[in-house]
Amino acid sequence: MAAHAHPVVHEAPKGFIRKYIFSTDHKIIGIQYYLLALVSVFIGIILSLLMRLHLIAPTIDLPWFGQMTPEQYLALMTMHGTIMVFFVLTTAPQSGFGNYFLPIQIGAPDMAFPRLNMLSFWVTFAALIVMLAAFFVAGGPGGVAGGAPISGWTAYTPLSAIGPIAGPGLGMGQTLWILSLALFAGASLMGALNFITTTLDLRTKGMSLMRMPLTVWAWFVTAILALLGFAVLLGAGILLLLDRTAGTSFFVPAGLVVTDTQIPHKGGSPLLWQHLFWFFGHPEVYIAILPGMGVTSHILSTFSRKPIFGYRAMVYAIFAIALLGLSVWGHHMFVSGMSPYSALAFSLLTMSIGVPSAIKTFNWIGTLWGGQIRLTTAMLFAIGFVSLFVTGGLSGLFLAQPTVDLPLHDTYFVVGHFHMIMGVAAIFGIFAATYFWFPKMFGRFLNERIGKIHFWITFIGVYAIFMPMHFIGIFGHPRRYADTTAVQFLAQLDPVHTFMTVAAFITGAAQLLFLFNFFWGLWKGEKASDINPWKATSLEWTVPSPPPHDNFQGRFPTVYRGPYEYSVPGAAEDYTPQTAPDTGQPASRH
Amino acid sequence: MTTKQAGVGSGLAAAALAFLLILITFSTIYIFVKRIWWFPEAITPLGADVDAQFVRTLVITGIVFFLAQLGLGFAIVRYRDRGRRAVYSHGNNKLEILWTTATAIMFLGLGIAAERAWARFHFQGASPGALQIEVVGQQFQWNFRYPGPDGVFGRTDPALINDGAGNFLGLDTSDPAAQDDLVVPQLAIPVNREVELILRAKDVTHSFFVRELRFKQDTVPGLTVRVHFTATKTGKYEIACAELCGLGHHRMRSDLFVLPPDEYENWLRQQAETE
Amino acid sequence: MAANAATEELELIEVGGGGGPRDAGFGRDDGGAPLIPQRIYFTGIWLALAAILMFFMGLTSSFVVRKGLSGDWVAFSFPRILWLNTAVLLASSLTIERARRALLRNELAGFRRWWRITTGLGLGFLAGQVIAWQELAAAGVYIASNPSSSFFYLLTAAHGIHLLGGLGALLWVGGRSASAYVRATPFTAVTVSSIYWHFMDGLWVFLVLLLFLGR
Repeated sequence: MAAHAHPVVHEAPKGFIRKYIFSTDHKIIGIQYYLLALVSVFIGIILSLLMRLHLIAPTIDLPWFGQMTPEQYLALMTMHGTIMVFFVLTTAPQSGFGNYFLPIQIGAPDMAFPRLNMLSFWVTFAALIVMLAAFFVAGGPGGVAGGAPISGWTAYTPLSAIGPIAGPGLGMGQTLWILSLALFAGASLMGALNFITTTLDLRTKGMSLMRMPLTVWAWFVTAILALLGFAVLLGAGILLLLDRTAGTSFFVPAGLVVTDTQIPHKGGSPLLWQHLFWFFGHPEVYIAILPGMGVTSHILSTFSRKPIFGYRAMVYAIFAIALLGLSVWGHHMFVSGMSPYSALAFSLLTMSIGVPSAIKTFNWIGTLWGGQIRLTTAMLFAIGFVSLFVTGGLSGLFLAQPTVDLPLHDTYFVVGHFHMIMGVAAIFGIFAATYFWFPKMFGRFLNERIGKIHFWITFIGVYAIFMPMHFIGIFGHPRRYADTTAVQFLAQLDPVHTFMTVAAFITGAAQLLFLFNFFWGLWKGEKASDINPWKATSLEWTVPSPPPHDNFQGRFPTVYRGPYEYSVPGAAEDYTPQTAPDTGQPASRH
Repeated sequence: MTTKQAGVGSGLAAAALAFLLILITFSTIYIFVKRIWWFPEAITPLGADVDAQFVRTLVITGIVFFLAQLGLGFAIVRYRDRGRRAVYSHGNNKLEILWTTATAIMFLGLGIAAERAWARFHFQGASPGALQIEVVGQQFQWNFRYPGPDGVFGRTDPALINDGAGNFLGLDTSDPAAQDDLVVPQLAIPVNREVELILRAKDVTHSFFVRELRFKQDTVPGLTVRVHFTATKTGKYEIACAELCGLGHHRMRSDLFVLPPDEYENWLRQQAETE
Repeated sequence: MAANAATEELELIEVGGGGGPRDAGFGRDDGGAPLIPQRIYFTGIWLALAAILMFFMGLTSSFVVRKGLSGDWVAFSFPRILWLNTAVLLASSLTIERARRALLRNELAGFRRWWRITTGLGLGFLAGQVIAWQELAAAGVYIASNPSSSFFYLLTAAHGIHLLGGLGALLWVGGRSASAYVRATPFTAVTVSSIYWHFMDGLWVFLVLLLFLGR
């Protein structure tokens, strides 16, 4: 008999490098992704604080860097958006927590392709290095922004396609930006392939699809979106690179004249870039938020001591959001010059996403209803997620209608909207997951008291920063303005900018509490001697903290029931683990 | 129960969180209702349509916002851990169907209601008598071209563009139709007359945005986009660029003058003379 | 030797401890070493092909949009050798299938022979593609000459790089099967490589028709 199945290698690798650096263990890789996101998020926060400072004090002299110029502001903005969207919101919730917990929650020893997993992390790492290298090349705005490009995270053509003549940072900086995203796309494709295969093929005995925790569903569907979306981004990036370096004309039309210099390209279409970019870019929004939805469901159920309300509806809603999410990219292009007829279809499809999103929201509240709610820090962040998701989701209904988008498009209303939903809501998902799973990952607790202070400041802070953006957007404040003195009607918004900047600095400072808590917790945190401190039901709580090399030490669990069996009548405890055998008690019927 | 779980059902935390949600909800609703930051007054029929649709959307999202945030706050306080076991329930299909149908009708109805104004703006062309003005964006200024007395836009050629010499559009003066074309950095239009803007860009993508007109339209290199409107109120309004176009994006501004017909004719004459 | 992937799966579920058809059959009650099912390689390759398909569909829709929009599209003279290359690649799909069938019948020599022929045909195809590029370059048609030639170079190069990956797999499997230490040739690797190879073949037929009819 040929080897059609090979036994799992039990032995943990020896040596620091194999164990912690070039590890194939999904748990180490998950932590690596998480740390990469942690570094990136602090870079991103610092960039945003510098931007906020510039908006209220454009002439202030920064130590070392001097006075910030408008082009430096735009470069910081570009890097802030790119780093946050890709290296934080795509890596931490999906590649970080997904890597760590997906195999454990389905009862697998590791990802299906551990070496591919390691490769995808290191390619992501290389992508981050290439992206950050843009700060250090020549030809950029200089100062604090170095050589970074100024074309925004969307890199609209022709601005991003015709090189340094269009502005500072659009030479080498822009090229590095594209290369970095191409690497990132490749890494994400490898990761997505691994996630999907693992979920389909490595579920333990009894772990039917409808017994998977909602976190697994979210990671699974996110991986499908990533597999389809990043492939197109990669293609678009190659076309853009060719336009910049090989003289092709995919995105650059004929007859361009930039500062009296004729551009030799001809016949390309700037809208083609927008279509390709948003075909990826819109699913990317869901790539950022879906894992947060999964985590929120998981935590709300655990700390309400109550089964999730409407498990099946939640699963179908995730699929509906993903499926619709793939077909609504045109709502970013209502005023782009795209056919106004297609706007109608894109609009109605986008409005439809409101339906599964509302289902999720109501089901979350339904889960809390009648529960026995315990406000741990993780729970607070999960509740915060719901609140932010509602707020950010509803402002999306304005932008989804071409009529209402006419005045609101490319104003601060959009900035407020996407920061609420794909920015801070997703970040709240990450925080909730961190406070919840930290004891499992590191065998120690984060400090709950500091965690709660962190929550309160952050929750109030993000509303104080991003809610006013909606209002000044309605007032008409265009986004991506380095300076608010040239356009006269902006002058009366100065107090709002000041308010938001102060709120941003306070909220930013509160993140130091988290950083302190994180590292203090790693080494000094209270020991998690109980392997199931939250009295939860899913498989990660049946293994030691942290779990051993192949998670289950060769004894893979059998699953008998759904993931959210809390407060089952007649049961001795108020939680019934998925591994608890049937004893004639009323079983779960999901 | 471990130490981690002790005291987490505290009524104070639940009440504080609920209070915060109520505060956020009511202050948001207050700011919207009092219109503390609001659109400036609209000066076109399209603007009135947009405002009406905005308010419809605001009412519907406002109801959902109110119910969801306060429902969340209520549940946290009402069902905080008071030692009573949670209700064992996997959901309620009737409720599920109810809120799915309700939101589907509300959201899709809203989407369909929005389409009338969009159709009027985009699907119908300008009427034949509309005043045509070409708008050309460039880093970082707006150019407006009037066809002049002959009513015909003259030939342009990118090769003839010379910003230094003031030929921003590459006007070909050998074309007789081009000789009376007027290219100015500001836009003036007569009140109560339909205007058709023909939008183009020289270098990168820009976006023509006037708050009081309630629309913006990207000006895309290689593409000609036409929009039309009738301004019904005289005054001076600001034109801003709404699509990132480079380092001077924030200062790419101009003015829109909506003038009584006679003042408009005067303005045109003056501009032609100074040119 | 398992007859094919399907029976292999069934077998494995039995080995894995009698899980239902909806379970992955992974994990064992007896506490023995769990088995990673070979099925993951089939799932993996189909997912990889889905991503590759999306990549090429993105480029194809760019092709259609770019051609439809512009007045500057100029047809270039289509290198005749591409038809020969197409025939070579189609033939390689037949030979790889013969190799796989030979392995099914446990005819190792036959397998190795047909596998080598397939590898040779793959190399021949790539050489032919390079000749086609040289022909175009000699005629003064470069990547930046015209959108039609831009897409030609881009799509053939992208396909070539993917095919090169397939060739790597063929060489790796060929090397394994030649090794004296491995008695049984890895059947999964053979099947997975041939799925990939067939896909590259079909993709090429699509691309060559797109480039010829759309040029």
